[in-house]
Amino acid sequence: MTDRIDTYSETQVKTESQDQQPLLEIGSLKKWFPIQRGLLRREVGNVKAVDDVSFYVNEGETLGLVGESGCGKTTTGRCILKAIPPTSGDIWFEDPEMGRVNVTELQHQELVQVRRNMRMIFQDPYASLNPRMSLLDIVGAPLKAMGIARGKDLEERVAHMLELVGLRPEYMRRYPHAFSGGQRQRIGLARALAPHPKFLVCDEPVSALDVSVQAQILNLLQELQEEMGLTYLFVAHDMSVVAHISDRVAVMYVGKMVETAATQELFQAPRHPYTEALMSAIPRPDPTPREKRILLTGEVANPANPPTGCYFHPRCNYVKDICKHEEPVYEEITPKHYVKCHRAAELSLTGMTSLA
Amino acid sequence: MSENVLAEIKNLRTYFHLAEGVVRAVDGVDLVIKSGRTLGVVGESGCGKSITALSLMQLVPPPGRIEEGEITYYRNVRATPSSNVADAINISKLKPNSRQMRSIRGNQISMVFQEPMAAMLPVRTVGSQIIEAITLHQNVSQEEARTRAIDMLARVRLPNPDRIIDNYPFQLSGGMRQRAVIAMALSCNPNLLIADEPTTALDVTTEARILDLMRDLQQEYDMAIMFITHNLGVIAEMADEVAVMYMGKVVEQTDVQSIFFDAKHPYTQALLKSIPQLDDVMSRTGERKRLQTIKGMVPDPYTVLPGCPFHPRCPEYIPDTCNRVVPEVIEVEPGHIVRCHLYASDIPVAQASEDMTL
Ligand SMILES: Nc1ncnc2c1ncn2[C@@H]1O[C@H](COP(=O)(O)OP(=O)(O)O)[C@@H](O)[C@H]1O
Ligand SMILES: Nc1ncnc2c1ncn2[C@@H]1O[C@H](COP(=O)(O)OP(=O)(O)O)[C@@H](O)[C@H]1O
Ligand SMILES: [Mg+2]
Ligand SMILES: [Mg+2]
Repeated sequence: MTDRIDTYSETQVKTESQDQQPLLEIGSLKKWFPIQRGLLRREVGNVKAVDDVSFYVNEGETLGLVGESGCGKTTTGRCILKAIPPTSGDIWFEDPEMGRVNVTELQHQELVQVRRNMRMIFQDPYASLNPRMSLLDIVGAPLKAMGIARGKDLEERVAHMLELVGLRPEYMRRYPHAFSGGQRQRIGLARALAPHPKFLVCDEPVSALDVSVQAQILNLLQELQEEMGLTYLFVAHDMSVVAHISDRVAVMYVGKMVETAATQELFQAPRHPYTEALMSAIPRPDPTPREKRILLTGEVANPANPPTGCYFHPRCNYVKDICKHEEPVYEEITPKHYVKCHRAAELSLTGMTSLA
Repeated sequence: MSENVLAEIKNLRTYFHLAEGVVRAVDGVDLVIKSGRTLGVVGESGCGKSITALSLMQLVPPPGRIEEGEITYYRNVRATPSSNVADAINISKLKPNSRQMRSIRGNQISMVFQEPMAAMLPVRTVGSQIIEAITLHQNVSQEEARTRAIDMLARVRLPNPDRIIDNYPFQLSGGMRQRAVIAMALSCNPNLLIADEPTTALDVTTEARILDLMRDLQQEYDMAIMFITHNLGVIAEMADEVAVMYMGKVVEQTDVQSIFFDAKHPYTQALLKSIPQLDDVMSRTGERKRLQTIKGMVPDPYTVLPGCPFHPRCPEYIPDTCNRVVPEVIEVEPGHIVRCHLYASDIPVAQASEDMTL
C-alpha cells in the first residue's frame, strides 16, 4: 500500500491520510425494498435501491456522493447508520471506543454507542425537527438518550453546541418555528454534533436553502470539520456544491456506484460516460457560450426493473454490444480512481474545462 | 430578432393584507419584456418573483391585490414591425375574470410552474387537458385539437406522443410531465411564456434537456420568455436580459453579460460571489476556499425598511443615506439600471445635520 506511486498527488488535498485505514469502509452494500402486491402482500419483485456498492471514507476527508434523484444516495446514508437494515453487505467503522466494528452486525446497546460517533443531518430542516420540542429538547435529546449528560450539564452542553453552530444560547427555550431555514439547518447540525461524533452523513443539507444561506452553512460545515476533526459523507445533487466541499466524489446511477475519484480528477477527467454527461449538464454561472452539451436521451432506469448488462447502456453515447449483456466490474483503473465501465480504458471523455 | 417591447411593468405594487401585517410582495417593480427575447428574473426565495409573474397574468391569489402600477401588454407587436399604441392593453386594469383577460391568459401569455402537477389535473389524461386548452382559445374541432395536441407533444420531444396523449400525469416521469406542461402552455402559440422555476424540481440532466428544448421552441415560435429562477447558472444559460430582485424590488437590470461581468449593485455582486464556482474548484491547490457570504439574513416579509431594503446587509452601506433615502433608478450605462446610492452623481443626504459636533 505505502509504496504505491500516486500519480495524482498534486490534485489531492489530503495525501497523508490516503494510506491509513479508512474511517469507514463499505463492502458490497445492498438494500432491496420488496414490492408487494395483492391482499396477501405477495412479493413480486424488489426495488434495488442500493445494489452492491463499495467505497471508503478516510478520516478527516469529505466524500461527496452525487447522482440523480432515486439513485440510492439517501438509502446508502441511512444504511450506514443502520437507520434501516441493509439487505446485505458490510459497513466497517473505526469507532474510537469500540475499535473496528461492522455496523450491520451491531445490536441495541452497541448500535446506540456507535451512533455517538456516526450521525446524520437531513435536507429538510422543517420536517426533521419536532415542532413541539424546544431547542434544548431537540439538541439535548441524543445526549439524554445516550446517557451522556442531563440537568445543568445538559443545558451547558446545549448552550455550547448552539454557540458552535452560530446560534445564540439564549434561544434554547424557543421552538423551531421561530427560526428561518438556515437557522433550522444549524439546529439540526447542533443536534447531530452534540455527542461529538467522528463521522457525519450530510444528506442534501443545503439543497433547500437560498444561495446566500447555503454559503453560510457550507462555510460552517468546513469550519466545524477543521475544528472537530470531522469526516463527512456529503450527499447532494448540486455538482458545484459537491465539487466545492469534497476531497473525493462518488457517482451513483440506479443503485450502483459508477465512478469515484479525487474531486479535480473526476471533474477534469471523468472516465464513465454518465459522469461525463452529468458534468456537461451543470448550469454554470457564466454566460460565455460554450461547446454543445452532451444531452442524454431516454429516462433513468427503473430500479425495480433495470436493464440488462450495464444499467446505463440504453442512454450511453458509447454503447457497444458487450454493454448490453454483461455487467461491468467496478475497478480501480488508476490509483484511487474507480470506474464501472467496459470501455473505461479506451474512451477519452470530456471533463470540465476552466472557462477562465 | 426584434427589439420591440412586448410587455412593460411600471411601478407595480402587489400587497397581501394579512392579520399579522402587510406583505409588500411586489413593491415598486419596473420591468421590460422584449418580443422574442428572454428576460431572466433572479433573486432569493420570497423576493417577489412569482407574485410579479402572477400579477402579469392577473392571477394573484387572495388576499393579494395589485395596489398600484401599470402592466401594459402590446398585443400585436409580433404582427406589426413597430409597436402599435392602439393595441396596448393595460392588464393591471382588467378584472381577473374578464373576457379580455381570459382571452390573453393561456393564449397570448401562458405560464409554466415549478411543479408540473400543479398545472395538470391528476384525474384527467394529459391529452384531454391539452385539447381543452386548445379548444378554449381556438375555434377548432375535437379531432383537429387532438391532432394538434399530439403534434405539440412531439415538438416537446416526448417519445410516442400518440400513446402519451392518453396517459395520466402520474404515469409520466417528472421531466416528461414538465414537457407535457410546456406542450400545453405552447399549444396556443403564445407571445409570452412565463416560466416560473420550470426546472428547479428536476435533475440536472433532465434540466439540461428542458432548457435546450425551451431555447429551440423560442426560436421556432419567436416568443418572449420571462424565466424565473433562483439559479444563477440557469440564468446564464437562458437569459438575454436579467432583472435581480430583492425584497419586492428590482435592484438591477441589464443584459446577461453585464450582470455576470459588470454587476453594479452590491447585492448582485454578493450573490455572485456566494455561489460555489467550478472554476475555483478546478484551479484549487491545497487549502479549500471559503465562500463569501452576505451578512445577516433576509428580514421577515412584514418588515418595511427605510431607505434601501438591502442596507442592513450591504458591505458598501453609506450611513445616513442608505438607511434613510430610497434609492432612485439610475441608468449607469445605456440599458443598465441599478437602484443604489453608490451610483448617484451626488449622494443624497437625508437631512443636513445642523449640529456639526454630532
Ligand atoms: N422505504 C422505501 N420503500 C420502497 N422503496 C424505497 C424506499 N425508500 C427508497 N425507495 C426507493 O429506492 C430508490 C432510491 O431512493 P433514495 O435512496 O431515496 O434515492 P436518492 O436519495 O438518491 O434520491 C428509489 O427508487 C426509491 O423510490
Ligand atoms: N398567498 C400568499 N399569502 C400571503 N403571502 C404571500 C402569498 N404568496 C406570496 N406571499 C408573500 O409574498 C412574498 C413574495 O412571494 P413570491 O413572489 O412567491 O416570492 P418568490 O417567488 O420570489 O420566492 C413573500 O414574502 C411571500 O411570503
Ligand atoms: Mg435523497
Ligand atoms: Mg416563487
